[in-house]
Amino acid sequence: MSQSHKDLDPQTRQGLKRYWRDNQRIIFIMLIIWFVFSFVLSIFFVRELNEFKLGGFPLGFWIAQQGSIFVFIIMVLVYCFMMEYGDKKFHLEEQKKKGDDE
Amino acid sequence: MSIQVWTYILVGFTFSIYIGIAIYTRARSTKGFYIAGHDVPAIFNGMATGADWMSAASFISMAGLISFMGYTGSIYLLGWTGGYVLLALLLAPYLRKYGKFTIPEFVGDRYYSNFARLVAVVCALFVSFTYVAGQMRGVGLVFSRFLAVDINTGVIIGMVIVFLYATLGGMKSITWTQVAQYVVLIIAYLIPAVAISYNLTGQPIPQIGFGSKIIDGPNAGMYLLQTIDQLHRDLGLPEYTAAFVPGTRAMVDVFMITVALMVGTAGLPHVLIRFYTVPSVKAARFSAFWALLFIGILYTTAPAVATFARVNMIQTLHNVAYEQAPSWVSNWETTGLIAFEDKNGDGLMQYFGKSNPANELIVDQDIMVLANPEIANLPAWVVALVAAGGLAAALSTAAGLLLVISSSVSHDLFKSVLKPDMTDKQELLAARLAATVAVLVAGYFGIKPPGFVAEVVAFAFGLAASSFFPILVLGIFSKRVTKEGAIAGMLLGIAFTAGYIVYFTWIRPDLNNHENWLLGVSPKGIGTIGMLINFGVALIVSMFTKAPPQEVQEQVESIRYPRGSEV
Repeated sequence: MSQSHKDLDPQTRQGLKRYWRDNQRIIFIMLIIWFVFSFVLSIFFVRELNEFKLGGFPLGFWIAQQGSIFVFIIMVLVYCFMMEYGDKKFHLEEQKKKGDDE
Repeated sequence: MSIQVWTYILVGFTFSIYIGIAIYTRARSTKGFYIAGHDVPAIFNGMATGADWMSAASFISMAGLISFMGYTGSIYLLGWTGGYVLLALLLAPYLRKYGKFTIPEFVGDRYYSNFARLVAVVCALFVSFTYVAGQMRGVGLVFSRFLAVDINTGVIIGMVIVFLYATLGGMKSITWTQVAQYVVLIIAYLIPAVAISYNLTGQPIPQIGFGSKIIDGPNAGMYLLQTIDQLHRDLGLPEYTAAFVPGTRAMVDVFMITVALMVGTAGLPHVLIRFYTVPSVKAARFSAFWALLFIGILYTTAPAVATFARVNMIQTLHNVAYEQAPSWVSNWETTGLIAFEDKNGDGLMQYFGKSNPANELIVDQDIMVLANPEIANLPAWVVALVAAGGLAAALSTAAGLLLVISSSVSHDLFKSVLKPDMTDKQELLAARLAATVAVLVAGYFGIKPPGFVAEVVAFAFGLAASSFFPILVLGIFSKRVTKEGAIAGMLLGIAFTAGYIVYFTWIRPDLNNHENWLLGVSPKGIGTIGMLINFGVALIVSMFTKAPPQEVQEQVESIRYPRGSEV
């Protein structure tokens, strides 16, 4: 385990709090997008969306079998970059080590 | 050269690579054995996670399953990829920051209780054994179909290979062989998919091809999916792209199964421990991204393969004289994966789907991937490559599972409960012995598979969803959840899920239909309710019990921030 956070000065503690709150906010928004693509568009409203066509695909069918997966991949990448930015902003990034980079 | 010669060459070649890597990277300490010494770069951990995750079922069976299920097949596609979003957002970075060896260990530390740890060990063992049996069976099947050896011999060869690198090498060897296995399996999956997409639609990218127009044959100029829907209507089957029509699963069940598969994925110990192996929290996040990308390549190709196979199968077989059937039909008839019975005696093969009594053609789901290269008239080496890919998928998953089994026994049972004064060397020996026993048990199940393998896989996901996922997430995002809450949540979640599945699968299988299901949820999707029970009970019990000790709360605080993971 790393250093105890109890002994930190109030300003750093404040920073940590903000970092965690920001992180939770980002996670919450991401989970909403995840829910919308996984369930709302792919399952709950798939029949309605199937009335629309995307080339040869019924739209709802395409979102369920392709589109959602693309969205998942992009979402996770965006989350990685946002958190990398957050780590730097609050000086919480880790020391550079071999293999750390993507 | 014949298919068999090519298969010997390719399988021999890939196996020597795996063994070479294993010898070169074998572990010498428990840290190396359990978590590859924390030095796997993110992109390679992503590949290893992909191979770890994609099993014989993903590689061999999934496209075929979707091919028969149409839209409803989305449960697998959504469920087995969406779980990685949960992993990336809610679990992977924090488990890495925690930075120890096993999942039960995290549960035991966070909930300051050896009993919680034991419950977690039992779940991890159950889930992993369930899974590994299926993998060894997959190895045996590929061997027997492509190399003309007996299934049992195939299982034994598979056991020896896995023994060599999982038992001797530990996580480090497993990781690097999984990287190689990912490369083999993805190439083996994509080559036939691209070739078939190009033949059928003139579009080499399968993801685009299955939304394109057919270029040849009676339906030339029509969109592929339109064609399938048309063919299905003609045969009296539910339309391929239609959702929740009679004869397919209802919306509530599709939803519940998808959630259970997602949450179960995010709670599978052999996937979770992969995130312990990277050097940093940042690398853990990125490796979740790489894993999802590498998995996504196969998972977005699979539904395309499913549609190509569906059209090809109906167009080339339905109402065609048995005498003029393509040669792959007779090749695969000997394996029992395809069977024709001329019920009306007209010499033609009539396909109406297996629930129609007039149906004359039985087609197994596994044939859609395994026979794909032959259906598309691809050269023998491609067929051999598919065999090597299937083996890579099965072996890589088996190895990851064996590691969970061995570390649960050596680290969580022996080291923590039975003999805490063990030296690192003794523990390493215990881990290897446990892995050896696990290989033997897995092999036994591979040779004498219990008749219920297919059912217990749903069981594994349900249990992972209703046991691990809730208490891991709560353990990270709440400091207030107590050991009493966690233990009660886990036990009730598991008891409910297991009880429901056991009741409908073994006690009253005659009642297993949607009129009797709770809220219309099938046993496959019940893990979702089990998960909710676990969450609810854990939160409520925690409100009435004493808050966790200060040092546990501080530990929770510290896993939330990346800095310090180097320690």
